[in-house]
Amino acid sequence: MLNNQGRSTQPAEAHGAARETFTGNRALDIEESLIFDQNRFDTTGVDVDEPAPFSDRLGGMSRASELELPGLSEPEMVRHYVRLSRKNYSIDTGMFPLGSCTMKHNPRLNEKMARLPGFGDVHPLQPQSTVQGALMLMQELSRWLIELTNMSAVALSPKAGAHGELAGMMAIKAAIASRGEDQTRKTVLVPDSAHGTNPATAALIGFDVQSVPAGEDGLVHPAAVKEKLGPHVAAIMLTNPNTCGLFEREIVEIAAAVHEAGGYFYCDGANFNAIVGIARPGDLGVDAMHINLHKTFSTPHGGGGPGSGPVVLSERLAAFAPLPFLAKDGEGLKLVEERDGNQAFGRMTAFQGQMGMYVRALSYILSHGSDGLRQASQDAVLNANYVRACLSDIFSQPFGDRACMHEVLFDETWLKGTHVSTLDFAKALIDEGFHPMTVYFPLVVKGAMLIEPTESESRASLDLFVMAMRDLAFRALRGDEERFAKAPRFSPRARLDETRAARNPVLKWKKREAWAEAAE
Amino acid sequence: MSTIRYTKDHEYIAVDGDIGTVGISDHAQHALGDVVFVELPAIGKKLAAGGEAAVVESVKAASEVYAPVAGEVVEVNAALEDTPATVNEDPLGAGWFMKIRIADKGALDGLMDEAAYKEFLKTLD
Repeated sequence: MLNNQGRSTQPAEAHGAARETFTGNRALDIEESLIFDQNRFDTTGVDVDEPAPFSDRLGGMSRASELELPGLSEPEMVRHYVRLSRKNYSIDTGMFPLGSCTMKHNPRLNEKMARLPGFGDVHPLQPQSTVQGALMLMQELSRWLIELTNMSAVALSPKAGAHGELAGMMAIKAAIASRGEDQTRKTVLVPDSAHGTNPATAALIGFDVQSVPAGEDGLVHPAAVKEKLGPHVAAIMLTNPNTCGLFEREIVEIAAAVHEAGGYFYCDGANFNAIVGIARPGDLGVDAMHINLHKTFSTPHGGGGPGSGPVVLSERLAAFAPLPFLAKDGEGLKLVEERDGNQAFGRMTAFQGQMGMYVRALSYILSHGSDGLRQASQDAVLNANYVRACLSDIFSQPFGDRACMHEVLFDETWLKGTHVSTLDFAKALIDEGFHPMTVYFPLVVKGAMLIEPTESESRASLDLFVMAMRDLAFRALRGDEERFAKAPRFSPRARLDETRAARNPVLKWKKREAWAEAAE
Repeated sequence: MSTIRYTKDHEYIAVDGDIGTVGISDHAQHALGDVVFVELPAIGKKLAAGGEAAVVESVKAASEVYAPVAGEVVEVNAALEDTPATVNEDPLGAGWFMKIRIADKGALDGLMDEAAYKEFLKTLD
């Protein structure tokens, strides 16, 4: 059976090239099997003395079958994970045109600071008098985030962007409840180009979601918003710069209209990295915005986390910020953990959040300074526009040839008439040694290719990327279908069957025989 | 004899008496790519015209399927939950999503017939 990508869904044909060596290895690229398939279960790599005779107290509930853990020695186990790590493509290997959404450079200075014992070895249950330095660091980071956004308060504790988004929307919900309007204001407006987390967050805490269409130019227009406003609207959730890489120019008018109708303005701050030091959300009428520390302030991400998503709040929402928050305590600082007398809506986390990420973010901020932060934003935007300018004679742009923010969006109109799709193109980019760009997002654009080079790439690195993109584009337009249909050809695995993986996910290891039966 | 009507969001409704069979058009299944998951509504659920009726997820995207007209869900194609590929193979036949009891058959006049839908598709590219 062939799927829509024109490939067989049968395992034998979908599995990649035939073996060319006895071992399956390709020179130093070692073919690595699952750890469970590597060794016998009745051996052990660890020399443990047999326990003295004993009687258990499990009341007949003791395990009857083998535990089936692979018995590997230390060198075997080390090799397994080192071999796997060599198959990784990472930001330390090469460029990620997916940009800050997935991975951007993590300055090593941040890592050094986070490992200072006073930050690295503290425990959340230590007496607060012994962690005054850590609390001061949190206060200093808060001061910077408030300054850069021109907002009134910040809740540091949320543990990811979407978690910060949830905290911001819960503050809005609490503010509406305090006005006695919780039964009437139940609708949240979300543009159809929004991040998927926006409607999900609103729905999670009981709001009805109504979508607002974007205009032909990819922007949200005040008229489209005003049409949907009323006493039933709790808030609008807008991403700026938006997911098409464009700055929402009418944001001030949209914010004013929402406020006039009694609603709040939530800004998805995922793309704040494009405007730091240039525009302040507080000046644009924003009431709440989360900041992805990994996107804007270079903390690790994409498996290297953990995430951290502080949310900044306007004066109208500041009182509802979640616990814990910092307050002066004599000469020092304390974390306010209790609700007595304040209007905090509750708490998002058991403790104070991701201390290690606070250290890294502040390290990035202080090492750049206010002028350096502004330049990082400008360089991110410049790099995206450099890529745009170098490709726009071939690649089609859905909203015309005009300046973008930190990411540039192409669609697949230019591929019409070829047998190459956006997916094929992205896969061919892997053969050239690049991680693919974001594809098929945002959904409002057909066959989207979203490229964010970030501020960290040099001119030489961008030039190589652009030349590889152009070479592939010429091949696609010339009808060199071979190059694309089977791509990636040089990766450890040929193109994987995403359809079959989604329809029949094998999420749990089973013994070989059983697995073979399940796959049939 | 059933008549078929289409929406601008690429749902179809095949009408037989006061029962309408709802699914997505051949154009829609093609644009989505390989369908990997379908979420169907509960039987008895009352749908508003244009309201969310089901969810269809492909390797590219998850999309809502909207009710072409108002009505009550009387039957769902539960087989799709195990074999979502049917939506790609036979969207207008075995790949149907749900049957609804149409609240007001007059509302069907606001939808496109087959010829009008074909014309509408030409305007999209």
